[in-house]
Amino acid sequence: MARAAIPGRLTWQLGRVVELVDETPRCKSLVIELPEWRGHRAGQHVDVRLTAEDGYQAERSYSIASSPGDAQLVLTVERLEDGEVSPYLTDELRPGDELELRGPIGGYFVWEPSQGGPLLLIAGGSGVVPFRAMLRRWTAGERDVPARLLYSSRTLQEVIYRTELERLAEEGAEVNLTLTRQWPADWQGHRGRVDRALLAEVTWPPQQRPLVYVCGPTAFVETVAEALVKAGHEPGRIKTERFGPTGS
Amino acid sequence: MSPISRGFRGRRREHADPSRVPPGQYVTSDFPVLSAGPTPHTPPDEWSFTIDGAVAEPASWPWEEFVALPSETITVDIHCVTKWSKLDTSWRGVSLDTLLESVVTEAGYLTAWSDGGYTTNLTLDDVTGGKAWVAYEYGAEPLEAEHGGPARLLVPHLYFWKSAKWVRGLTLTPDDEPGFWEGYGYHNRGDPWLEQRYQGD
Repeated sequence: MARAAIPGRLTWQLGRVVELVDETPRCKSLVIELPEWRGHRAGQHVDVRLTAEDGYQAERSYSIASSPGDAQLVLTVERLEDGEVSPYLTDELRPGDELELRGPIGGYFVWEPSQGGPLLLIAGGSGVVPFRAMLRRWTAGERDVPARLLYSSRTLQEVIYRTELERLAEEGAEVNLTLTRQWPADWQGHRGRVDRALLAEVTWPPQQRPLVYVCGPTAFVETVAEALVKAGHEPGRIKTERFGPTGS
Repeated sequence: MSPISRGFRGRRREHADPSRVPPGQYVTSDFPVLSAGPTPHTPPDEWSFTIDGAVAEPASWPWEEFVALPSETITVDIHCVTKWSKLDTSWRGVSLDTLLESVVTEAGYLTAWSDGGYTTNLTLDDVTGGKAWVAYEYGAEPLEAEHGGPARLLVPHLYFWKSAKWVRGLTLTPDDEPGFWEGYGYHNRGDPWLEQRYQGD
């Protein structure tokens, strides 16, 4: 596996929340101004740290949803019912609040135009967050490789970035949605879980050697990555990022 | 000095002994999975464990011989750099002290390597003296593939990315060479009690 240049030290810095965007009933995007942000690559994440009055601290990692070229950093957070940090970020945080974070972190689950493609992104639920960054990066570049998203969501109401995905589709990204629990009567997209049949329909054949990124809950990623390998895709061209059962 | 996060109280875990939870970690009863790529599935008859590199003679054990080596049951706390810690995990495996008895070396470092291309670097000091194992059972069951089976490294005193899943061998090296995550900016050693998550921590 190729190696990235080793970055310098990651220090904690203070950002200011400028906007909170309701994406779905359970997900919000945090728009953050960071005076000292040194830039990131699409697909990287940050660590967020909260401090209580008595000094108690909690840290969690969140994927970056904004593209390297965007003026502000965007994190999209899914509220986990038994979570410690995510309910604070989605329910308590207000514009004007400061938020301590450090990053960017991770250099493997990233996409830059120099890596080529075809670029195939497969998301389950909030696994779509780093793909927003990658697709925005793709639309900002030469688009000399095709980009395709397959996004599995339980319901249409839980689809994150609906407007944004429509805009990305207008700009040439191929966006495929599949709904697994329920769908509107006039639903034109796919129905049911991502399985071998849907993958065969939506993905490029292994001979075209797509560069594949899979992100979502562990079971989703295991199923999809295994199906891709069985279909003949090279394991070395499949990058995965998994949310554990408690991943927040 | 971190600023107070207005309105944040945090959810204290009364059931977790704070002296067992390193800074910035939270205790989970699940066993989350983190891997950079698809899960490899190597059948036992194609599996072997090899120690090579800066050694007088390499050593290698096929699966049947490996699981016949003297093994230990280990109950330890594990700490993932993604912030979760899991207490009292129970494993069965072969101590690296036992494995390294089979080779003669003056090397001070090693690279553990795995099916799927993953690597991680460790000092010999961090894997000898009863501190590291190659584990093939978890909770008295064969180790599942998604958790690193058939066998994974277990180095519980360091962040869990050092406990390479699907491990197939150790290459001893005279110099310290960064492994997979270490090359992407993660800390070279990864001591959770010093919160050595990333380079420079």
